Amino acid sequence: MKKLLSGNEAIAYGAYEAGCRFAVGYPGTPSTEILQNFVKYPGVYGEWAPNEKVALDVAVGMSFAIERAFVTMKHVGLNVASDSLFSAVHTGVRGGLMVVTADDPGHHSSQNEQDNRQYGKFAKLPVIEPADSAEAAAYVAAAMDVSERWSTPVLFRSTTRLSHSRSPVEYPETLEVRGAPHERVKYVREPSKQIPLPVNARRMHREIEQRLLDIAAWAETSPLNRIEPGDTRLGIVASGMAYQYAREVFPDATFLKIGLAYPLPRQLFHALAGMVDRVVVIEELDPFYEEHIRLLGIDVVGKDVFPLCGEFSVEVVRRSAVEGGLLDSAGGNGSHAVRSSVRSSAAGAATSTAVAESPASETATVDIPLPPRPPMLCPGCSHRGVFYVLQRLRAVVFGDIGCYTLGALPPLNATHTCGPMGASVGMAHGVDKVGVKDRTVAVIGDSTFFHSGMAPLVNIVTNGGVSTTIVVDNSVTAMTGHQTNPGTGRTLMGQESPAIHIENVAKALGCQKVDVIDPYDLKNTRKVLTDHLDSETPSVVIVRAPCILHTRERHPAPVVDTDICDACGQCLHIGCAPIMNRGDHVEIDALLCVGCDYCVEVCTKGAIVSRRATEEGGA
Amino acid sequence: MAREKRDFLLAGVGGQGTILASDILVEVGLASGYDVKKSEVHGMAQRGGSVESQVRWGDKVYSPTIESGTADFLIGFEMLEAARWVDFVKPGADVIVNRYRIAPPSVNSGEARYPEEVDITRLLETRAGRVMWVDATKEASALGNAALAGVILLGLLAAELEMEAQVWLTVIERLVPPRFVQLNLDAFRLGFGMVR
Repeated sequence: MKKLLSGNEAIAYGAYEAGCRFAVGYPGTPSTEILQNFVKYPGVYGEWAPNEKVALDVAVGMSFAIERAFVTMKHVGLNVASDSLFSAVHTGVRGGLMVVTADDPGHHSSQNEQDNRQYGKFAKLPVIEPADSAEAAAYVAAAMDVSERWSTPVLFRSTTRLSHSRSPVEYPETLEVRGAPHERVKYVREPSKQIPLPVNARRMHREIEQRLLDIAAWAETSPLNRIEPGDTRLGIVASGMAYQYAREVFPDATFLKIGLAYPLPRQLFHALAGMVDRVVVIEELDPFYEEHIRLLGIDVVGKDVFPLCGEFSVEVVRRSAVEGGLLDSAGGNGSHAVRSSVRSSAAGAATSTAVAESPASETATVDIPLPPRPPMLCPGCSHRGVFYVLQRLRAVVFGDIGCYTLGALPPLNATHTCGPMGASVGMAHGVDKVGVKDRTVAVIGDSTFFHSGMAPLVNIVTNGGVSTTIVVDNSVTAMTGHQTNPGTGRTLMGQESPAIHIENVAKALGCQKVDVIDPYDLKNTRKVLTDHLDSETPSVVIVRAPCILHTRERHPAPVVDTDICDACGQCLHIGCAPIMNRGDHVEIDALLCVGCDYCVEVCTKGAIVSRRATEEGGA
Repeated sequence: MAREKRDFLLAGVGGQGTILASDILVEVGLASGYDVKKSEVHGMAQRGGSVESQVRWGDKVYSPTIESGTADFLIGFEMLEAARWVDFVKPGADVIVNRYRIAPPSVNSGEARYPEEVDITRLLETRAGRVMWVDATKEASALGNAALAGVILLGLLAAELEMEAQVWLTVIERLVPPRFVQLNLDAFRLGFGMVR
């Protein structure tokens, strides 16, 4: 039967069907749901690791123990895991090993849009890229076969649009149940293959280069790459989502659809060039195929016409093709106009509905300003109190990656940098060492702290630093959808596990000054943070409160006494969606409000009245 | 026999239920024999930001996203979000808008104004063939749960598409948690009966 699966669900299903029973990952949009779906299959094991490098090392161990395994992460996670990736390419694998990277063209939820096909060339391993859910499911088996046939990890590339779009996949009426993991496995020792000491690594390097040549030869006839014959005026090279967009814009052209993004074939490109008048490469982000094809001496149209930056779409491909002279504006498969989009992005800047660059066929325009709707901290979010206090203390805040990055947005404006995972702690220390005497502080979440915040904390202690680190600890990886982490006390498989308390970690790492506070008590939060920021010792404040979106904790919304409220704006500074300015007073939307009472605390006039006392049986 | 393609854009605010509604819509397409694809974006956008889902039915669907200016239907779960996507629909498209406002932060703080309903209508009518306003959230609240607004909108859409209700009801029963099935079926029938 046909079943609608997201790209992520399809990868999980494909892995199960390919006989893969082990998987590891670190949550990261858009990759997160792969592992969450995989562990729903019978007889499999999966775990969240504290970071992507650990995840890959664990998966390499599984492969060495002769089991098929895969590891999942977002594109920037592969940077964290890259040391292990290069090593695994050298040692090779036993059980098939697939590394899934979910890239994010368009910056939907990432700090960059790096093109991880480049890792194929850099780390010297095959890269497989599906273009819809059916291919995603089928190509996992191919990845496992390639991995075992050539003893190499295989990079499996998805993108946001693939991971988070649904399309039909052939799915069995009843799932074949596979065996449970082995109870006892004996390790097969083979140190010359698994220790890249120079004496071995020199040989390994030669083997890797030969392996790539062998796979490139296979790429000439592999079913992963296919020529789809059509009109011979244009021969289009494309993979992944770019293929789908290009197919809509050029329904009749000849295509070379790439599924094995690295290593690339040679003869196949020459064959295409021989068939068509003009070779056109339509690829999102880097000119990865284009550079290869140019090196073969084939003239192509590529990044001279199609954008380097940002996500593609049908209209981006069509507009570029028209501007590049590959398509008549009225031609192709539609008579509609090519127009530039005016809607604001989710995080967007202000926009109006004025239609830009409209051809003459457009109808009249109406110019109404549409206020943007950026993402913001949820009503009741505990992070709000911390950032409100830090803003009041005029602290310079080194931020990190998580929901709390939103503390940078107005009206809080309370975060001043954001680096990659764990960078806040090291950056605050660097600033302090230079002699900056502002109140400086690192703010990092619990999952990010376990991911890569511990080593920089050690660095502060051991190098005589004085920085303060605030760990906003909601005991769950909230941003990506509430995955477990080492502080949660539960595993991906739903088992209880020892919750690791960050105050114990901080003390064990040598921090003498450690406090745990409740952020909903604003007065105490201010007192403790002031004390830490002004102290000259390395210190850690753990701000502990559960994620309200996770616990769904709710209390009655406070009410505004409109006789007292004069809309002074104090409560509006905390940036909470349910609080609305009505001109001469504020109003609280009782549907959106969860009754955290932060606004009650910040109102200096006593105009906002808590209704928690009215709750039946208390909270 | 080739059937006319149907491209739907569902726009709203994070938490309003656009994802469930688009899941129902794409399953109905598949059950009706179309090739289908659906796209949505998670992550940052869920924190009260603008969200959108795109559903495509056709003989053969390549892109999971709709080409700007070609959507056949725009279903706005919130007035401002409907307006934001106006240029995505084809000239003459049907637009269904929930008469419901959620003020964005700049409006709450007084820096910006929420557009008037009459202006949003004017804007939508620059492209839409027909703009249908529905008090879906109000009707849903009367049924007992504001989150049913999306299914009311789908009911209206189904009637607008001149489709039999049965395929929709079957899909809803399959996708909705058991204890909410009856409420959702009632909400769908309410929307379905709204078209003259």
